[in-house]
Amino acid sequence: MNAAVSVRGLSKRFGAFVAVDRVSFEIGEGEVFGFLGPNGAGKTTTIKMLTGLLDPTSGEARIAGLDVVGDRWALKSRIGYMSQLFSLYGDLTVAENIDLFAGLYGVRGRRREERRAWILEMAGLAGQAGRLTAELPLGFKQRLALGCAVIHGPPVLFLDEPTSGVDPIARRSFWDLIYELSGHGTTVIVSTHYMEEAEYCHRLALMNRGCLIALDRPAVLRASMSEPLLELRTEDPARAVEAVRSLPGVTEASMYGRRLHVLVKDEERARPALAEALRAAGLEIRSIRRIEPALEDVFVARVRAAGG
Amino acid sequence: MSGRRLMAVARKEVIQLRRDPRSLVLAFLLPLLLVLIFAYATTLDVRDVRLGVLDRDRTAESRLLVDAFEESGYFSVRRHLERYGDVDRLLVEGKVSAVLVIPRDFAVDLAAGRAAPVQLLLDGSDANTATIALGYADAITAGFAADAGRAGALRPPVEADARVWYNETLESRNMIVPGLIAVLMSIIAAMLTSLTIAREWERGTMEQLVATPVHRLEVVFGKLLPYIGIGLVDVALASLVSMLLFDVPLRGSVPFLLGTTLLFLLGAQGLGIFLSAALRSQVLATQAAIMVTYLPALLLSGFIFAIANMPSVLRLLSYVVPARYYIEIARGVFLKGVGPDALAGATIGLALYSLLGIGLAVRAFRKEIA
Repeated sequence: MNAAVSVRGLSKRFGAFVAVDRVSFEIGEGEVFGFLGPNGAGKTTTIKMLTGLLDPTSGEARIAGLDVVGDRWALKSRIGYMSQLFSLYGDLTVAENIDLFAGLYGVRGRRREERRAWILEMAGLAGQAGRLTAELPLGFKQRLALGCAVIHGPPVLFLDEPTSGVDPIARRSFWDLIYELSGHGTTVIVSTHYMEEAEYCHRLALMNRGCLIALDRPAVLRASMSEPLLELRTEDPARAVEAVRSLPGVTEASMYGRRLHVLVKDEERARPALAEALRAAGLEIRSIRRIEPALEDVFVARVRAAGG
Repeated sequence: MSGRRLMAVARKEVIQLRRDPRSLVLAFLLPLLLVLIFAYATTLDVRDVRLGVLDRDRTAESRLLVDAFEESGYFSVRRHLERYGDVDRLLVEGKVSAVLVIPRDFAVDLAAGRAAPVQLLLDGSDANTATIALGYADAITAGFAADAGRAGALRPPVEADARVWYNETLESRNMIVPGLIAVLMSIIAAMLTSLTIAREWERGTMEQLVATPVHRLEVVFGKLLPYIGIGLVDVALASLVSMLLFDVPLRGSVPFLLGTTLLFLLGAQGLGIFLSAALRSQVLATQAAIMVTYLPALLLSGFIFAIANMPSVLRLLSYVVPARYYIEIARGVFLKGVGPDALAGATIGLALYSLLGIGLAVRAFRKEIA
């Protein structure tokens, strides 16, 4: 696998604040690569450095063989970028937006006609080229924005939290497009804080406080949690967390909505100990079962292990 | 720099302008409206000064003098006073702005060929009006004296036969309107562009724009192009209105006026883009644009207050007010019909301004765009 992206020791400091701390990784051609982490983890800052929008404080990164600092100018025509916010012009029609980006990326003549037709088709906007972009439902806007970002057929595409605020069905159909691009050899780099979306990535980089704390395929990351995970239901999960957190044999306890996820060293010994501790706190266990860890559990465990 | 990318930005900007009624009003209607309001409101001419008359002579001659004041059109007689003691009261109450006192024996002195002084008391609380009224009164009495063999009486020892050039009738409107066009363009030009970049930052579209291979020169000039067009149309409209409605003469070279207007617009609109890009907020950028362009243009440009009469600090400061040069050029071209040779200094001033405006605008993008 050729490296479409290779990053070594990339850091960004804003004064005393370290936004990205010595991050290194490689991404292969056609790979769908995800950055997962909470807001402020350094995902957007990393993407901005990789797209030449922000200068790194130290380290280096090459995209499609181009240096993000030295070859910034050439880089911009070799990558596509779709920012966090919906960023097309709402007061332009669909076709006017497409033509604007065609003009900016130097896509002309017959190729422009072809690309315009392709974008309208893939965004589900055939026959609606004359509509004002502001009037479109968000899902359509996002797909149009994606189309405009790849109008020049870039080998590498960056998507910064592309599906924020989009409903799950629209999100799924957006991901179909991402897979289609990836299938044609486009390398796609996505940042997200949706766990569900992270599962769609071929490989995933977990980020927290500017550090890369894990990097692998989602299934491998989940399997890496060797300790059993128990899911409990009680009437007052907030009090329950406090009651079980410091028990011997409990590695980790956290709230997931109205449920409790408890990571234990030994399932057989933990079950009675948990019931005992909760009864002492005046709480009753409604149900308890072993579950497969989700990415969120992996993330929480890794953050703890990394001392965060 | 690519012409195609520049045009892509410019075309987008035109489409957005066309769809935004507020921008269109701001761009085309506001300047016209302001020309009309300002031109009617800021006339400095003095007409129909309210005059009180205390005629102690009550002769045919004294009545003739009063008629001369009335007929001049500059004074209108509102009160006839009986006692000298009423003068003060009328002036204080503002019933009249001037009082003409004709002493007893006015006719007798005239007939005898002696000097026949009359007294004019003026309300100096409006110094400007008072000075101008005094000038008119001198002219009227001199004319009266010169008439019908009364020459010896009121004629001053040395007679200045003054002629005013370039604005023969001393219409203040002729002086104000060309300057007004310059002041207006100072506001409109920078205000229009101060919105453009900040709007893109506020809406998030700038993020996408800076990720494309667009060069900052292409963004700056692509954005400027439509607004330069609007600015030139505004100046043309305002000039036409001035000429047709206010009879302001246009004596000089139109291409020269156009060229210097272009320099002025580049400077002001470049400055607007700079403020917009630096402040990233439409509200802040608009206010800053008004502060930086409009106020100096109104106060320090010589539009209303003559630069020569300013304290030396302000006089020095006026050299960095671009409107000063544009006003000098506008007045020169409209009224005097002079060209580049007489206005070289002002033209250089505007050229420097345009370089400064564009330079700042391009620099403001240095962080984001190559």
